[in-house]
Amino acid sequence: MAMASRLMWASRAASYLKISTCPRAFSTVIKDLKYADTHEWVKVDGSSATIGITDHAQDHLGDVVYVELPEVGSSVNQGKNFGAVESVKATSDVISPVSGEVVEVNTELNGSPGLVNASPYEDGWILKVKLSNNGEVNSLMDSEQYSKFCEEEDAKH
Amino acid sequence: MALPQAIKAGLPCMNLLRMTAVPILEQLYLEERLLRSSAENWCIINHGTSLPTIVMGISGRPSELVELKPVLRDQIPVIRRFSGGGTVIIDNGTLFVSLICNKNAIPGLQPYPHPIMSWTGQLYGQVLCEFGDFHLRENDYAFNSHKFGGNAQSIIKDRWIHHTSFLWDYDARNMEYLKLPSRAPKYRSARSHVEFLCRMKDYVPSRTSFIEGTIKSLGGHFSIRPFDLDELGSLSSSLSGSTKLLTRQELEEACTSQCVAVR
Repeated sequence: MAMASRLMWASRAASYLKISTCPRAFSTVIKDLKYADTHEWVKVDGSSATIGITDHAQDHLGDVVYVELPEVGSSVNQGKNFGAVESVKATSDVISPVSGEVVEVNTELNGSPGLVNASPYEDGWILKVKLSNNGEVNSLMDSEQYSKFCEEEDAKH
Repeated sequence: MALPQAIKAGLPCMNLLRMTAVPILEQLYLEERLLRSSAENWCIINHGTSLPTIVMGISGRPSELVELKPVLRDQIPVIRRFSGGGTVIIDNGTLFVSLICNKNAIPGLQPYPHPIMSWTGQLYGQVLCEFGDFHLRENDYAFNSHKFGGNAQSIIKDRWIHHTSFLWDYDARNMEYLKLPSRAPKYRSARSHVEFLCRMKDYVPSRTSFIEGTIKSLGGHFSIRPFDLDELGSLSSSLSGSTKLLTRQELEEACTSQCVAVR
């Protein structure tokens, strides 16, 4: 009973905060973001976008100890890697969900790479780009599609 | 066709590349190239490396990890590799085994650090459990609580590499080139390098028995195809990847910052 009440409270809170949860995976997905099948998120704001890795990704990677950031002014391309995240023994490529020019990187991650784990959708953002093709966003998943994608991926293994 | 061969025919192919005393920098260039430019699965085995060399992970800072004054004095090469993980000093007593796989090569294996590490632990456990009390301890291979194998990985969109430096033997004096790492596994319990490590040769009868056992263990998951270094052609050439030999100037600058930090 206590667990059911807690889950109901969590569900209502999540709805208020525009967060959806995957109870099985306990990974958070934010409703207004778009998602790539390589587990990056993008928040579009006109012709600009903010990019990071999802809660599902940070959970599977483990404690992040280093983030390799791209150079401001460099180009990123949809589906191509632009940097990497190191967690304990592994580097993992971060794939850009959109194409554009890098206008800002999150330098806080140099001293606090753990922000990617603690706050993957807010303080743990990785870069901001000026989009070169807004239409690319249409090929990404919305939050519901991404939640389902994560569940299916985890169920296969 | 006999049944065991029919079963093998259903397994993905893995190219087996055996090398002896190839310099570690060349090996790392090759691995990075195969990871990013090949679509095939690979097992690379290298017996030893020609010179004692320090190899740091992608985020390694020499000022924090290396005793720079003796390294500069003795001209020990320092490499920053493309994969994650810690710092090792390797020499002709080190045995390298690297696995490069497509993400779907092993059914049910998620291409993330922990599942890959766990799978390799089982792979090597099959080979080594008869020689000692083998464990995958956090991210190291150990007999009891003594490490003999250090691991690192790099995971890209559809492929991953898991490479291991096995301490078949090592020169304890070389450990003096390395600082005690600030980031260490809990089971290390602040032990010195010499107290923490062990030599495989004190447990395993021969390098051959370990290598042949590993190939046999891999054969349960892949159809192994011996491959010659000469067949690689352009794949064996170096590329502008992440692996980098640090210059003397970079080491001297790090040494200066190390001295300033001490003051």
